[in-house]
Amino acid sequence: MAEQKLVATTGNALVAEAFRQIRPDVVAAYPITPQSSIVEDIAKHVASGRVHTNYVTTESEHSAMSACIGASAAGARVATATCGPGLAMMWEMLYIASGMRLPIVMANTNRALSAPINIHCDHSDVMGARDSSWITLFAETAQEAYDNTIMAVRIAEHPDVLLPVMSCLDGFITTHAVDRACMLDDETVAEFVGEYVPVNALLDTENPSSHGNFSGLGGLYFEFKAQQRAAMARASSVVAEVGERFAAISGRSFGMVEGWGMEDAETAIVVIGSSAGNVRHVARQLRAKGQKVGVLKIRCFRPFPVEEIRSALRGLKAIAVLDRSDSFGAEGGPLYLEIRSALYDLQERPPVVNYVYGLGGADVKLDLIERVYSDLSGIAVDAVEPAPLTYLGIR
Amino acid sequence: MKWDISRAGEWKAKDFPIACVIPTVGNSDDYDVGGWRSERPVREDDVCTQCLLCWIFCPDSSVVLDGEKVVAFDYEHCKGCGICAKECPTNPKFGRKAIEMISEGCELPGVK
Amino acid sequence: MQQLTEIRWHARAGQGAVTAAKVVAETALAADQYLQAMPEYGPERMGAPIKAFTRISTTPIEIHCNIENPHIVIVLDDSLLDVVDVAEGLTDDGVIIINTCTPPEQVRAALNVPESVRVACVDASGIALDTIKRDIPNTPMVGALIKVAGVVDMKVFKSLLAKNLSKKFGQEMIDANWASVDRAYEEVTVA
Repeated sequence: MAEQKLVATTGNALVAEAFRQIRPDVVAAYPITPQSSIVEDIAKHVASGRVHTNYVTTESEHSAMSACIGASAAGARVATATCGPGLAMMWEMLYIASGMRLPIVMANTNRALSAPINIHCDHSDVMGARDSSWITLFAETAQEAYDNTIMAVRIAEHPDVLLPVMSCLDGFITTHAVDRACMLDDETVAEFVGEYVPVNALLDTENPSSHGNFSGLGGLYFEFKAQQRAAMARASSVVAEVGERFAAISGRSFGMVEGWGMEDAETAIVVIGSSAGNVRHVARQLRAKGQKVGVLKIRCFRPFPVEEIRSALRGLKAIAVLDRSDSFGAEGGPLYLEIRSALYDLQERPPVVNYVYGLGGADVKLDLIERVYSDLSGIAVDAVEPAPLTYLGIR
Repeated sequence: MKWDISRAGEWKAKDFPIACVIPTVGNSDDYDVGGWRSERPVREDDVCTQCLLCWIFCPDSSVVLDGEKVVAFDYEHCKGCGICAKECPTNPKFGRKAIEMISEGCELPGVK
Repeated sequence: MQQLTEIRWHARAGQGAVTAAKVVAETALAADQYLQAMPEYGPERMGAPIKAFTRISTTPIEIHCNIENPHIVIVLDDSLLDVVDVAEGLTDDGVIIINTCTPPEQVRAALNVPESVRVACVDASGIALDTIKRDIPNTPMVGALIKVAGVVDMKVFKSLLAKNLSKKFGQEMIDANWASVDRAYEEVTVA
């Protein structure tokens, strides 16, 4: 295992360090809170010569992603970062990046969407982009944000995949908090991510190719979308394989899902992002009191790890899914819908309840989590009828 | 290496190159667009001054040269835009241009 | 030493509470402890009341939420006592450290905290004006924290302080900051 440096710093500073270490040829970005300090740090790294990246300032996120797409098609290793309204403004280009099969790596510092205007954390931004054929990883901690960013490069550039990757960390909670983390040295990261060998690079003048071709009515649009689905399916094993390789150099494991206490749990909470820590903390306390509770953290949201989720949740007496975004008018939040769908084929389907929580950065207090476990216990033990969607902690 | 698309009609989704990229150059040569024409250029060799303006202006590289002399049009790729006829200078000796656009009519020679 | 120490900072934006919360957290790294520091971000403007949080622990910290039951409350501006319930949720064996010229007995009476809570006062603004020549009371407040509650190692804090200041300032400024820490350490009084 490689030597590592113990640091106390913010999630954003660590992501910027990861970007420096993966040495992108081009970073094109537009600053937006709470992502700003990532791109400010990259700009500083570039200005001080610590990394030889071409840093492109743009006039909007739409332009930032457009520049990333151009650079990536040209054959460059490309990274960027955004969040919330910025990701929303990129939306059109997200589909172009993935449709052109460009392995761009982007950090997204999860931020709520206005209105009312709000700069704090929730997952509305990334859930809005969940169908855009971007591989989507979530971090609980600054450490995971650093690790995911480095792994993202290997996943995106893998010849079986060639899809862009979004590495998500919770705005302010993870981006701006000082946390303890371990950093790999520059050489180890450089060796891990390897030299980028682009496919069909436009600047490969020996082998000219034509990108962005029309494929309209009677054309092959449908077939190219099927290719994307197949690539996303192949990404599952690539994500796992890259995770194993990363564990070998860092000592930190990576699972598409990460369970705590799931071996003999009777009830469990499914959660994404920084709140997984809060849930695990409460679960530990309840375990100490003899309650068989578990936690299932989703670390890779796209591709959605259906098999892992099914095998982790099989046989439970009650499950709660925590959504940090809502799908207004749907039966529940996006994670809830997919978890329920994943369990549909089981012979015995456990009851699943949905809580929308922490929108716009609302504090995820521990007593709220205690309440969810208590509700689950009511369903599992006292046969209480599962409640419909609950806004957790609402006034 | 030339990209072989001769059996593209039988390809399945997985057989197409990634991301709708066309991985080689020059394959537009394989694509017959002669049928797009409603008028075709015809050239009188006697009247032609061999100024090569038609060759310069043709957007589809469909003016065929032999050495530095215009000898023919490539009717598989000429879309009948008429730029060659427009640019063709009047030969003062004959009082007319060498290139003239004529209707394709009902016959479509050179089109599969 | 207890496993987890939670510190809540009350200040007005611009007084350096966020920086102090972070530097105090960073000192834990030298003792191979775990740490967390985060501000409660709001609409940022100079003078607005803000909160920041520091957690230091001998075991990994996995919670990501605000601190509701702090062991230590640090108040960088005594005018906040009229505006914010700074003692809210403070543990019964807790300590509250306030930047004020008012004696601690008088502050205790105003705060209405249980007998078991210690109230510490130091004129950090006065010390900062004397030493650093600016009313930035964050560094002397850490000096008071070290005296009253331990938690932070003086040597480690001073070296981190020097490292941070050296990015923008010379040795003179570092010396002035160190002096402010020492003076607050000496001058803080507890009731």
